[in-house]
Amino acid sequence: MSARASFASAAALLMARDLRLALRRAGDSLLPLGFFLVITTLFPLALDPELSQLRDIAPAALWVGALLSSLLALDLLFRDDGQDGALEQLALCGQPFAGLLLAKTVVHWLLTGLPLVLVAPLAAIALGAPYGAMPGILAAVLLGTVCLSLIGAVGAGLTLSLRRNGSLLALLVLPLAVPVLIFGARATALAIAGESLAAPLYLLAAIAVLAATLAPWALAAAVRIGLE
Amino acid sequence: MAWVWFHKFGSPPHFYRLATRLTPWAAWPALLLGLAGLIGGLVLAPADYQQGDGFRIIYVHAPAAWLSLMVYVVMACTAAVGLIWRMAVAHAVAASCAPIGASFTALALATGMLWGRPMWGTYWEWDPRLTSELLLLFLYLGYMGLRNAIDDVPRADRASAVLAIVGVVNVPIIHYSVIWWNSLHQAPSVMKFGQPTMPASMLIPLLLMLAAFTLLFAALLLIRARGEVLQRERNARWMLEALERLSTHDGPPTRDGPSAKGVLVGR
Amino acid sequence: MHVLRGVSFSVRGAECLQVTGANGSGKTTLLRALCGLVPPEEGQVRWCGVDIGADPSAYHRALAYLGHDNGLKGDLTADENLRFGIGLRCRVTPTAIGAALTRAGLAGQRGLPLRQLSAGQRRRVALARLPLFDARLWILDEPGSNLDSAGQALLLELLQAHLAEGGTAVVATHQALDLPAGTHRGVMLQ
Repeated sequence: MSARASFASAAALLMARDLRLALRRAGDSLLPLGFFLVITTLFPLALDPELSQLRDIAPAALWVGALLSSLLALDLLFRDDGQDGALEQLALCGQPFAGLLLAKTVVHWLLTGLPLVLVAPLAAIALGAPYGAMPGILAAVLLGTVCLSLIGAVGAGLTLSLRRNGSLLALLVLPLAVPVLIFGARATALAIAGESLAAPLYLLAAIAVLAATLAPWALAAAVRIGLE
Repeated sequence: MAWVWFHKFGSPPHFYRLATRLTPWAAWPALLLGLAGLIGGLVLAPADYQQGDGFRIIYVHAPAAWLSLMVYVVMACTAAVGLIWRMAVAHAVAASCAPIGASFTALALATGMLWGRPMWGTYWEWDPRLTSELLLLFLYLGYMGLRNAIDDVPRADRASAVLAIVGVVNVPIIHYSVIWWNSLHQAPSVMKFGQPTMPASMLIPLLLMLAAFTLLFAALLLIRARGEVLQRERNARWMLEALERLSTHDGPPTRDGPSAKGVLVGR
Repeated sequence: MHVLRGVSFSVRGAECLQVTGANGSGKTTLLRALCGLVPPEEGQVRWCGVDIGADPSAYHRALAYLGHDNGLKGDLTADENLRFGIGLRCRVTPTAIGAALTRAGLAGQRGLPLRQLSAGQRRRVALARLPLFDARLWILDEPGSNLDSAGQALLLELLQAHLAEGGTAVVATHQALDLPAGTHRGVMLQ
């Protein structure tokens, strides 16, 4: 009888494995970031590249880009493990499934959300935002991507073994992500204008806390149904 | 005692019979109340001092909007019941709610746009209520899309139940975030029917229409749910027995189980 | 549409139940239902007299499942895969992993990513995991697929050792299992 592993060590092992796998296929994790940069480039191309005008649409461009690229990134979360049977083994290993899935989502955010958080302020500068706006934008995108990862993970779990149809996932996740878009864009606009963005930031934080509380249950339920 | 009733309700043939019996009790009052409300609202109520006769569309728009939200909640609750107590009938009811709710939402949007034309000059103006209704429509479409995409019916039931529960938690958040968003950008919408006091002559028809729409939803739900149960149970023993009775003798309705003839005629 | 209907059986300790049946008769669904992955519409799965739904994690800790897919990651080496798979459940030493891989005939390939191994070798890595899981119940779905005769011998060896220790196994396979008399029973699905 070997000593049983605690949940903490199992979760740590899972996170280490996911990071190792992502590093061995480094290109995959960076694709959503590339997509984000392409989208933010499209806006100036579609409009007048006058910085003062771009400043007005910067919040919209940043957040639409963030939403769409996090949608794209969701493909990386469960598809691989679902296809080679690793997700089943996770469900059967005797550790709390919800906790393990949350650990996977955390790593997923580190790989796809965190790069966005670091790049978004720079993209904002390119769209005419003042340097003073960077900390505010960083905070808003940080909270926003956390929410998007959690909400998106539930959507990814629900569409786990369906025919490869990105539009269904988008239809499921985007309406649920609208509050994040509204508050995040508002926070970005306030940051660019140099005003206090405490209000929308607190609201974003509240959504993040709510998502972190409910997502584990919804994730476990959704993925279990997907594994049937 | 209530538990026994609860489980009896969950048995498909009992539910089918109950739904068949209750439908006229919902449909006829809906029709009568609806007529009363329409006469009261379109003919008897005085014209609004500000909007003239254009406001009368509220008698369809407001109940439709209210119902669109209520149906989502009912859908989520029955889906939760189906998920927790593993009741197939509850899942059938939830599945039946979705198209009805989507239709009410579409009706609310259409009547809202028709109202907007004389009021704002355009058919669409990102009014918070209408935008909220639009997002609700997307939620319904997502639910129906997910159900459609999963071939295995019990799995589709369970997956869409999780989605409905996640959605119902989000609906208030989405609603209030849209109102918050709108309050930043433009003056309060003209469509606010929180007039300090609505005279009784205007209010009563509105309440009548609200009751009528609710009963209409109940009737439509019962009819759809019966059809849904029939389709799901088409290979079940009670269905096959009823159909056999139908083929052997075209007799009067039997006391137990749905009338064999009634199964096909839909009475 | 029902895949399985009216199935009922029981298995004792130190016994191996072999499930056979034509393609599409529901063997995989049955095994997955035994694991708790597919909830049955009617009926129960019981482990040691208790419904597995009552305490799923305790049941899963006593269970080792090998499905059609190996449940292994192609980008990791055999060593890393085992360290992860076993480490989720219990502490395991590198020596134990090395010994298991040697027993499976893969000592020389333990440092290669699984992608570079053949299908049969990957299946053997999956089999090598089984004794390390420390599980009383093994549920194996076509464990012999892609295996050559040496691989089949390994499978038999592992099963015999497991049964000798008092473990139980439910195996879906068409191949004849050469197990000691009294420990081997068959069930056929139609």
